Amino acid sequence: MSQGILVIVEHNNAKVNRISIEAVTGAQKLAAATGQPVYAAVLANDCSAMTTELSSKKLDKIYAVANPELADYTPDGYTVALAQLIERIDPAYVIVGHSYQARDYVAKLALRCGGALMSDCIAMNADGGNLTLTKQVFAGKFNADYSFSGEATCFISLQAAAYNADELESGSASVEDFAVNLNKSDIRTTVLEKFEGTKKDVDLAASDIIVAVGRGLKEEANLEIAEELAKALGGDIGASRPVCDDGWVGADRQVGSSGQTVSPKLYLSLGISGAIQHVVGMKGSKYIVAINKDPHAPIFDIADVAVVGDLFEIVPKLTEAVKAAK
Amino acid sequence: MKIAILLKQVPVKDATLELNGDGTWIDEDDVQFEINDSDHYGLAEALNIAKDNDGEVTVVTMGPDRVKESIKQALAKGAHQAIHINDEDVKSSDPLTRAKIIAEAVKGENFDLILSGLQSDDYGYGQTGVLVAEMLGMPHATLVVETEINGDKIKVKRELEGGWFQNIELPLPAVLSIQSGLTDIPYATIKGIMMAKKKPVADVEADDLGVELEGGAFKLEKIYTPVKSKETAVLKGDADSVVPQIIDKLKNAAKVL
Ligand SMILES: Cc1cc2nc3c(=O)[nH]c(=O)nc-3n(C[C@H](O)[C@H](O)[C@H](O)COP(=O)(O)OP(=O)(O)OC[C@H]3O[C@@H](n4cnc5c(N)ncnc54)[C@H](O)[C@@H]3O)c2cc1C
Ligand SMILES: Nc1ncnc2c1ncn2[C@@H]1O[C@H](COP(=O)(O)O)[C@@H](O)[C@H]1O
Repeated sequence: MSQGILVIVEHNNAKVNRISIEAVTGAQKLAAATGQPVYAAVLANDCSAMTTELSSKKLDKIYAVANPELADYTPDGYTVALAQLIERIDPAYVIVGHSYQARDYVAKLALRCGGALMSDCIAMNADGGNLTLTKQVFAGKFNADYSFSGEATCFISLQAAAYNADELESGSASVEDFAVNLNKSDIRTTVLEKFEGTKKDVDLAASDIIVAVGRGLKEEANLEIAEELAKALGGDIGASRPVCDDGWVGADRQVGSSGQTVSPKLYLSLGISGAIQHVVGMKGSKYIVAINKDPHAPIFDIADVAVVGDLFEIVPKLTEAVKAAK
Repeated sequence: MKIAILLKQVPVKDATLELNGDGTWIDEDDVQFEINDSDHYGLAEALNIAKDNDGEVTVVTMGPDRVKESIKQALAKGAHQAIHINDEDVKSSDPLTRAKIIAEAVKGENFDLILSGLQSDDYGYGQTGVLVAEMLGMPHATLVVETEINGDKIKVKRELEGGWFQNIELPLPAVLSIQSGLTDIPYATIKGIMMAKKKPVADVEADDLGVELEGGAFKLEKIYTPVKSKETAVLKGDADSVVPQIIDKLKNAAKVL
């Protein structure tokens, strides 16, 4: 019988990423509920900085998987190496943060190991030996509960902030080197240059008031009504990704996981549904007003004021009222 | 060059969705469907690559009868042919089983390139492209925002976190999961719509593909409306009644007026 929980730890510039600390926290809680040991795995050319950082956490063991072919992340390199480690440990669960890197290879790894992955989960509940995984579906409008059956390893990726890294338990963990059989010829992709996207002209992080527009605006010409409201409030325009993709506003106005992170005094969103990738960029706002015609829109879950209605009717009148109030 | 685009049909983004009676799926009555968001970009990129490389684009769609409409649209936009994997059981929700059915249906076609969207707007697994690649023994890249064919290789630009990008190169045949934004989405022309009617659509029954589950599988137990964790003031009614209430909040709670 498979036993134990393995967390695959991601890192950047020799530091463990926050999303992986959250994953370890989740694994510790699952361990408390199921009585299983928790292991962490670090893959790199040189794992020492990360294993040192993790050695003061409550973990049963840290596996250091060091290999020159793991200096750069590749889906083949990670899959070949981790499949060997997983075969050796035979864990019941493998847990990772649902990062861009995890999106790229964990499903493949699960399949290679004869297991299966449930991605982007927001909760894991082990009651009476049965694990229930919860994830958002329909872009956050609903939650879905999943069960897993079978003998194989169950792989789980956790959405950012699913578990609170502040609740990480400390302890002391031993480090074991795990040598993998990994050659250049195992890796089919060639890693070329890494580079930063174009510099930003607008720094929304410094804005006190943001009027953010989404696809509910329907067409570029309608941007004007949002701009007038922003002007009346003395704020800046922010946007969801599709609005930037369509070129209605510059990419530097995008708020979210692949855009800017903002925390203004007021975030007023117009026709934005509130997908998690948008919400992570603005949930730290001091006050959130959302206008959306769909009462189930997930943006309402994090709003201070949820205005259920048609933005085209409300916004022009709101602009006039703001002008009058100033 | 033979290119496949995996194209999924999902409820329209604007639909106000309600759950069905037993909480296992949405109530599909009165819901309209459309092509999944990132799949539009996958289709656009497939058509661009085909244009520059003497290629042919096959749309691959799994779903019940209603997905024929999305297939028609993709053909009208310029795809050359389609495979419809008929799967009446839209509730079958295990990501692995779904990918296996798709992989099985495309296996014999020997595509040089298989594109998928990054993630579906209903389940949002973000796994199908990666799984199909592994099942067919092909290399893959996800979060792709640009592509360039160089002989028997393809160079792609991938989106990373925090505003960074990375270029990588893969040997063909390969599988790419396309992120939104990379190119303009084509519109169907009248001529395209006329021509689409004559384009071949191969029908395959999912049940006939002989896909069996091994190891383990996920089962969707129930869908429900999430419980809110934040105290929210809900304002409803016509504009004249909600606007003064919003102004009051902006003044007294947000203190920005
Ligand atoms: C890896 C990855 C990274 C991503 N990064 C980002 C990111 O950084 N930022 C980002 O924003 N997204 C990002 N996304 C996309 C994200 O998942 C959503 O697709 C996107 O945020 C949706 O934008 P939207 O809310 O404008 O559009 P939709 O989801 O289409 O929502 C439109 C909303 O408008 C409402 N509406 C329509 N008409 C009206 C009306 N007349 N009045 C009032 N309301 C109306 C609708 O009810 C709906 O809720 C990313 C996705 C992925 C997979
Ligand atoms: N039923 C389907 N038919 C065709 N393609 C699909 C189907 N389900 C998923 N895909 C493809 O796989 C991508 C990712 O889906 P998912 O793994 O469900 O997030 C989608 O954007 C589609 O390109």
